Amino acid sequence: MSLADLFTVVAVSAGAVFFLAGTVGLLRFPDALTRLHALTKADNLGLGLVVLGLLPRVDGVLGGLTLVAIWLLALLAGAAVSQLIARAARRGGPPA
Amino acid sequence: MTDAATLFGLCAAALVGIGVYALIVNPQPLRKIVAFNVIGNGVFVLFGAIAHRGGALGWGGDPVPQALLITGLVVAFSATALAVALLLRLYDVAGSATLAADAPVPAKPDADTGRSR
Amino acid sequence: MMAALNVGIALLILALAVWTVVARDTFAAVVGFVAYGLLLTLVWVQLAGIDVALTEAALGGGLTGALLIGAAARLRRTEGAARAETPGFPTRLVAALAAVVVTAALAVAVLALPDPAPTLTHETAANIETTGVGNPITAVLLAFRAMDTLLEAIVVLFALVGVWSLAPDRAWGGRPGRLQRVDPNGILAYLARVLPPIGIVVGIYIFWIGADLPGGKFQGATILAAMWLLAVMAGLADAPPVGRTWLRLALVAGPVVFIAVGALGAVVADAFLAYPDGLAKPLIKVIEWALLPSLTVTLALILAGAPEREAK
Repeated sequence: MSLADLFTVVAVSAGAVFFLAGTVGLLRFPDALTRLHALTKADNLGLGLVVLGLLPRVDGVLGGLTLVAIWLLALLAGAAVSQLIARAARRGGPPA
Repeated sequence: MTDAATLFGLCAAALVGIGVYALIVNPQPLRKIVAFNVIGNGVFVLFGAIAHRGGALGWGGDPVPQALLITGLVVAFSATALAVALLLRLYDVAGSATLAADAPVPAKPDADTGRSR
Repeated sequence: MMAALNVGIALLILALAVWTVVARDTFAAVVGFVAYGLLLTLVWVQLAGIDVALTEAALGGGLTGALLIGAAARLRRTEGAARAETPGFPTRLVAALAAVVVTAALAVAVLALPDPAPTLTHETAANIETTGVGNPITAVLLAFRAMDTLLEAIVVLFALVGVWSLAPDRAWGGRPGRLQRVDPNGILAYLARVLPPIGIVVGIYIFWIGADLPGGKFQGATILAAMWLLAVMAGLADAPPVGRTWLRLALVAGPVVFIAVGALGAVVADAFLAYPDGLAKPLIKVIEWALLPSLTVTLALILAGAPEREAK
């Protein structure tokens, strides 16, 4: 296995560990705010490590830039939606 | 190639069964709409498995069923949207979202605003 | 290795489908359904239908999810009354029997599929050069089965007309949805200023690339509609009154152009929606460019719902 393949396996596995941690947090934490806290780990670090691990396998700079752009868009959407959900949770549940 | 198709075909059969059970058992109309969508998605996956089996010449799937699937997905979304709009209108007019025959009728449904407040 | 992945995806999907049945709260069931729709995208990728995967992610996961979550939020007050109507054990038993019979019949049908699978791949590949597009699904949608796509565009328009017809009398021809009172400096407004430029570029790219690679006008139109809806939800733009002439012209422009091209084919090439030789690719482009704005407006307005406010 070449060095690039080894890097891919290590990075994607580390990303998978963060996804697992985020999912366990989602299922086991007591309330909405703590669950959001767990989910951000999956979003930022988990997806970031998976994207990092896939970068050596891309052919061309454009493909790599697309992957990084996907990660940044997921970060943007995740951050905004987490704020909105947290605000709604603090006010006491989704609006009727 | 046939393994994935058979596996997802059986999964689709199970999905349709789950949808049928949910359609009959759940009393809330919105969950009946969700159950309809589960049935529909099961049928689409079954069709997609059949399309995958027909793949040849380097293409992963037969393009004709896949194009029909795209049409089906759009039409299913339109039907769901119309059903949800009907349900919300029923809730606005009757004050309760139920399909029961002896639903409580509001005292004075206001035809002008359409709301029974 | 792929078999293990497929089995994992299938089990997850079945688990989520069961969750939408047994979840006590309707809102939880709907959220589970949205996650299930997104997992179905993976199923489509495994079945080598990338165009269908894009459509499922956009329409099945995105727009249907937004529709159902909005409805579930508005119907929260009816939860208690509805839960009292849960049927008893005999109905559940009959429902379970019906489900098992349907599943068994479909499973037998799946296992009894003919083994050299019948396919239209060869006919499609033999005739695809005449259409000028590289993506076989686009060729099927806009050349070989163009009638289906025309009727589909009209069905979506009819669904919108059906939704509009549910408006109360005083709001006839008015603005859909409620007025959004959102903090103009808040995070939603910020997202609605940052995301639409990127989203419009992505949407038009996916539409443009559909000629030769997976993509197409339905997926592109959904992304563009979602960007407009985001701006409306953040209070940066208001939904237009549905009685406006420009709006209604934009809605019918796509299907009218499609029918006109079909009539041209009936006159010049002996069949409705037949393309004259050599003109296939330009005519397909004309139809796609006409359908994109119509589909965008139609999908956005379907999601916005029936008019609830008077046109000012």
